[in-house]
Amino acid sequence: MNPKLKLEQLNIHFGSSHAVKDVSLEFPANTVTAIIGPSGCGKSTVLRSINRMHDLTPSARVTGRVLLDDADIYDRKVDPVAVRRRIGMVFQKANPFPAMSIYDNVISGYKLNGRVNKSTMDEIVESSLKRVALWDEVKDRLKSSAMALSGGQQQRLCIARTVAVQPEVILMDEPCSALDPIATLKIEELIDELKEQYTVVIVTHNMQQAARVSDFTAFLYLGELIEFDVTKKIFTNPAQTRTEDYITGRFG
Amino acid sequence: MNSFDLRRRLTNTLMTTLMVGAALAVITPLGIIFVHILKMGAGSLSWDFFTQIPKPTGESGGGMANGLAGSALMIGLASGFGLPVGILGAVYLNEFGSTRFATAIRFSADVLAGIPSIITGMVAYTLLVVPMKGFSALAGAVALALIMIPIVLRTTEEQLKMVPGTLREASLALGVPLWRTSLKVTLVSARSGIITGVLLSIARIAGETAPLLFTALGNQFWSKKMTEPMAAIPLQIFNFAISPYDDWHKLAWAGALVLVVIMFTLNLTARYFGSSRHQG
Repeated sequence: MNPKLKLEQLNIHFGSSHAVKDVSLEFPANTVTAIIGPSGCGKSTVLRSINRMHDLTPSARVTGRVLLDDADIYDRKVDPVAVRRRIGMVFQKANPFPAMSIYDNVISGYKLNGRVNKSTMDEIVESSLKRVALWDEVKDRLKSSAMALSGGQQQRLCIARTVAVQPEVILMDEPCSALDPIATLKIEELIDELKEQYTVVIVTHNMQQAARVSDFTAFLYLGELIEFDVTKKIFTNPAQTRTEDYITGRFG
Repeated sequence: MNSFDLRRRLTNTLMTTLMVGAALAVITPLGIIFVHILKMGAGSLSWDFFTQIPKPTGESGGGMANGLAGSALMIGLASGFGLPVGILGAVYLNEFGSTRFATAIRFSADVLAGIPSIITGMVAYTLLVVPMKGFSALAGAVALALIMIPIVLRTTEEQLKMVPGTLREASLALGVPLWRTSLKVTLVSARSGIITGVLLSIARIAGETAPLLFTALGNQFWSKKMTEPMAAIPLQIFNFAISPYDDWHKLAWAGALVLVVIMFTLNLTARYFGSSRHQG
């Protein structure tokens, strides 16, 4: 089976600095892939290239190919907006829209695009919030501000907002780094459920988290892909000494 | 107490006194102006002021109703020109702000904001009054809009810059195009700060006299046509204050009081929208 998502010889430059060097990776459908590595190794940069977030940084230059279902999303004929509708993203810090209610945040992908269909909205909101196990906690206060929620709830709300627009791939950029252990556990359980329907790529600092949630793990160091394998193999019997040094805490 | 402690305490007292003094020096002129204008203007302020137009010389009474209406009309029209240009220009600068063209716009706006308003009036005179062969409220509104645009542009851009990048990214990651993100996320998130800037710019042009001298000219009578000379409060204050008649002097004081009260109100409203209580 062809991978859902594939990076081929991905290189990313910011001005004169070469942040990501010749990275090639494959992400099979309905799996969770973790990208780990020390700070500044380019893992978030790789992740953000997958839904063309670098388009907004004038100094950024992406070369190589990113194939979604075998079609290059960097092809000149491809609209980045269309790419982002298929590839959603959850950020490090929960970023619900502060001026919107919980309800409006969940359907913000439709509202901001001016594609509001009143009859299906309630259904989308309910199913999306149930999907992220937030429904029971907020069903009585859907009209109140999203800012009144706790950090963990806000992050689940952001995931609900992302799944509401029904993407195919979900990118997560250290989604738990600002959360306490209980909120983290909830998100991790959620990631495990999300892979039934989506292909998930998660960047994390936390190696235990990578070991817990992912099927595959990629280790990046100084912009280069050092090792990519089944998670179990990476954490028990890595092929590269640098991988072993990193996961055993000898550097990074 | 050792000498070091004593010196420290003395320095502290001295510096505190200096700072309180500086703060008072800022507040005192405002207090003096307001109290004086209140004293001189309150007596002449009556219902007639808001409902009557100026009486011919020699007759007592009369008001500045035409000036109030004229000011409102010209400010409204100036806002109609100036706000869309200023705000949309700021959105442009915020989204594409690192180009050389954007730097040029910013520089021009800063220079334009620093140009004496009488020069702006002369520009509107040359551009509109001369070709249209007559003074007009339209030319006045254009002059006021020229003053308004750089203020609105720069304050709006500052407010837009303060919107966290994470919100824009959140919107873009949902597959919302950049232009919709700019208008519906960035602009909406910054709206209270933008309203503050807009109100302050209106307060600024409401009191401008010089740019109206060569454009709207002023009018002793009611005038609704934008293509004809029109009265405005600052112009009437100016004309009446330099007249030799006591009655007109009184009206000028009353006009000054009304203008100051309008400024106060606009500034207070702007502060309300800019305050932390009114965020989000």
